[in-house]
This record gives sequence, C-alpha cells and structure tokens, in this order.
Amino acid sequence: MTASRNLYEQVILDHNRTPRNYGELVNPDATVEGVNPLCGDSFVLYACFDGDRISDIRFSGHGCAISKASASLMTTVVKGESRQKAQQLFEHFHAMLQSDALVAPDEETLGKLIVFAGVREYPMRIKCAMLAWHALHQLLKDNDPS
Amino acid sequence: MTTIIENSKPSLYERQPEISTRFPVHQVREDFPILSSEVRGRKLVYLDNAATTQKPQSVIQAVTRYYKGENANIHRGVHYLSEQATQKYENARRKVGAFIGATVNCEVIFTRGTTESINLVAQSYGRAFVREGDEIIISALEHHSNIVPWQMLCQEKGAILRIIPLLENGELDLGVFDKLLSSKTKVVAVTQLSNVLGTLVPVRQICKKARDAGAVSLVDGAQSTPHLSVDMQQIGADFFAFSGHKLYGPTGIGVLYGRAELLERMPPYQGGGDMIRSVSFEHTEYADLPGKFEAGTPNIAGAIGLGAAIDYLQSLGMERIAAYEAELDGYTRSRLQEVEGLQIQGNPEEHRGAVSFTLDGVHPHDIGQLLDQEGIAIRAGHHCAQPLMKCLGVPATARLSAGLYNTREEIDMLASSLQGLRTLFHP
Repeated sequence: MTASRNLYEQVILDHNRTPRNYGELVNPDATVEGVNPLCGDSFVLYACFDGDRISDIRFSGHGCAISKASASLMTTVVKGESRQKAQQLFEHFHAMLQSDALVAPDEETLGKLIVFAGVREYPMRIKCAMLAWHALHQLLKDNDPS
Repeated sequence: MTTIIENSKPSLYERQPEISTRFPVHQVREDFPILSSEVRGRKLVYLDNAATTQKPQSVIQAVTRYYKGENANIHRGVHYLSEQATQKYENARRKVGAFIGATVNCEVIFTRGTTESINLVAQSYGRAFVREGDEIIISALEHHSNIVPWQMLCQEKGAILRIIPLLENGELDLGVFDKLLSSKTKVVAVTQLSNVLGTLVPVRQICKKARDAGAVSLVDGAQSTPHLSVDMQQIGADFFAFSGHKLYGPTGIGVLYGRAELLERMPPYQGGGDMIRSVSFEHTEYADLPGKFEAGTPNIAGAIGLGAAIDYLQSLGMERIAAYEAELDGYTRSRLQEVEGLQIQGNPEEHRGAVSFTLDGVHPHDIGQLLDQEGIAIRAGHHCAQPLMKCLGVPATARLSAGLYNTREEIDMLASSLQGLRTLFHP
C-alpha cells in the first residue's frame, strides 16, 4: 500500500468522499463541460463572477477519485479569487504535474494543491488531476471580459 | 494492502483444494515465463486475458527459432530458406484449419487480427453485395471492432444498422432479433462471447436464422476462441474472426475464416504482391484463395507462433481447458459477490471469461490503480464497448478476465484486495 499512498493521500480520499462545492449552481454566469472521452470522466463547472472576482464556483458530474478530488479542491482554492489569480493557480498546478517526480513541489505557490504531487509518478493519471483545471482554464478563456 | 489480506476472514473456499485435479494448472503456469515475474515488488497476478494473453515458452521459441535460423520471404523464392518458411507458414494455416474445423485450408485467411478480419468482410463482401436500404444486424454486446466497420459501410452504401438489444441479465433479446430479421437483412454480425459481461451468445441459432433469412453471418470469436472448442461446422457461420494474441499467440496475427464459396465470390480487400496471378498495366488476374486476400508479405513469424500456440492448446486439450475455466469462472463470480458493495454487471445464464463489476463508491480506475499496487493486473474503463456501457448505465467498469493459467488462490487475492480497497474508500 505504501506506493499507492503517494497517490491516494487522505486529503484526496476525503475530497472524493465528500466533495466540496458539489452540485449545480443556480443561474451561473458561465458553465463549461470537462470530458475525458478515453475514460468517460465528465464534469460540469459552474461559475458566477462579481466583477473580476470568481464569487462562486461549483461542479457536478462523475469521475475517478483523482479527478473528483482535484475538482473539489480546485473549487475551494479559486473561489473568491480574481481571474488572474485563478489562471496563475492553473499554471502552477499544471507545471507541478509536468515536473519531475523527484523535484520537490513549491508549497508556497501551490498551497494545499501539493497533495497531488504524487500523481506525477503515474503518468496515466495526470489527465485525471488536470481535467477540472482544464475546464476552468476554458471557462476563464470563454468569459474573458477584455 | 498485505495487512488487509492477512486480517480478512478466511473464506470457505480457501480450505478447498484446487478446483480441478484433472487440469494441472500449476504445471501449466511453469510454461509461461512471465508468470513468475514480479511487478511493483509483488508476484504478478495477471487477470487481463481478455485484453491479451501471456505466451507460453513454446510460442516464444517458435518465433525466435524462425527469426534466428529460418527467416525468408514466402511463396516466391526457390532457395532453401524460402521453401522452409513457406512450408511453415502453410503448415500454420493447416493447424488453424484443423483447430476450427474448416472444410478446406483455403478458408483460413491470415490477417493482422480480429479487427482486420471484420474490416475485410465489411469492405470486400459489404462493398460488393450490400446496397442502399439493405440492413445489417449487430448486437448491443459488440466491441467497437464489430460496430465501426459496419457503420462505415452503412454510411458509404446508405444501408441501415440494426441492433439486437440487451436483456436485463446481459443476454441478447433474441425475440427482437427475430423481428429485426427480414429480406432486407444482408449481414448479421455478432460476438460469440462478450468481452465485457462474459455472456455466451447462442451463435449457432443466430447463424441459422440469418441463413434462413438469406443473410450472411459473421461471428466475432476474439473472446470465445481461447475459452471454448470452436467448430465452424457446428456454429455454421459464414465468417468467423479471431486474434492470435488472445489465444496465447503473438500480436499482429489473426484469422478470418470464410466459407470458400463466399470468399470465391468476393473481390480482393487489398491489392499488391502475393494476391495476384498475373499483372499487366491493363489487367490483373487475382490469385486463388487464400492468396487473393493476403496482399503483401504477411506476418510469417506471427503465423508460425500462432501455430505453436494452437499446438500448445491442443496438447492440453480445449475441452479440458474449457472445463477448468468454467469452474474457475463460477468460483470467481461467487467469490466476488462476497465483497461488500460489489456489483457484477449482468448475470447471463451461460458465461465465461470476462467478469465486469463496479464497487460502490470506488471508481473503476481507482480500483485498477490500487490493484496494480498489489501486482494484480485487471482492466478498467469502457472496454472498447461504449454503446454497451450506455446500455448498462455505467460510465466504466472494472473487468477481470481469467485465462487457463489462473488459479483460485489468485481470485482469492483479488477478492481480499477489493475488500481492502473498499475499506480504504469507506473507512
């Protein structure tokens, strides 16, 4: 079990079991679907904006523990943040997953997202962890006021 | 997850001796070098045989021997090695013919695999004989390889694809099949054994009805051939497709069996060397069967390896293999049902090979990943059968598929690990 513990951290298991911000958002300003056709994982992301700020964000759908926990944790870290900050987090998270598994991830920029560092050792699962983040990236792009 | 295995309650089954004393499974395991290897620091438990099977030493040796000392192109050289290679290649065809009960050896066409075999029929037979408004019947159990080639043909010809639906237990609704069959039906293409649910389909009955309706039948035998003794005369299919690599043979080699009379009437599938009798810029005369359908240098080593795999299976006896696997299949299903929150997909009366399941609150990919940490190889996903997944109402399943070398002990390990990982997700 030791090896898989790197992947299935308690935080991930917890977010999988009781996902935060789960369920549809009534009257969202933006929605986007994130689908992985290869494994059938499918999420919908809903967001409300207050000026430049993501005032609320929720998700619904189904997927594996990694993709669901990642979606859940993502909503908790971007909620209340500016578009720019959310985009930055996307870039930091993406960079971490693309980085060498031996390199210690930067806790300062990533915060609690660091629990997904173990995914780097399982290349097949990186797309699971990225699914909701790619959806967020798309949502921000589609709803860019500038 | 070792601790969980140790802590789990001993099952009633664990006290029983190995199922079949008639089948020397532990001895058989010795024939497969990879089975003694370790993955992730654990002894390999290989339960992904519906995807591909491991290879016995005799197959590995046959392929190696060919490349080391017998390699030459076939059907053209007058030199010693070419004659030898030709003989070995054609001998492999004879072995396949005898193995599946072909009437004549030219009914055995070597292909790259089941997928190419089905495409050959769809493109060659289909293009020549299927017209606008005609109908092709497949089933809800089909693998993408027995869906997409027909869809492509239907699109090209303006023909219509009809689907035999599923009953709740995972069997085909043959009552609907009877209604779908009509004078418009030109092809009926069904699997003999589902790669997802393990459902055994009554193909003999289906092929007979197809013939009575004036349609040709194709049976996808990719999953059934490794588990059952298949006899073309008994099944009565016009076409039968299977793959070498699922039959303990090499990848990249497969078989299309076709009734000679039909193959004769069909145009070639691909053009090139080996499939001609004479070529001029004005006109080409095609070779006789089976050459007409084997353009280009074939997978000679693959065919020889497949021949060796068939020798190996026949030395064990297909009937004995089938009996052993039937017992192991029953054991697997009852053992899995003991795992809390586990739901086996489908409950067909006749089943073999694959068992698909879901585990309450644990996504199939997480099941696959966590079992992998225990050295247990299963498959998770849609198993190249997305329409079937839709019928079942699940996005994906976990699937185990046993082969002739799997044991009760391995099934016990799987069941214990599943129980353990459920506890991890539901503490």
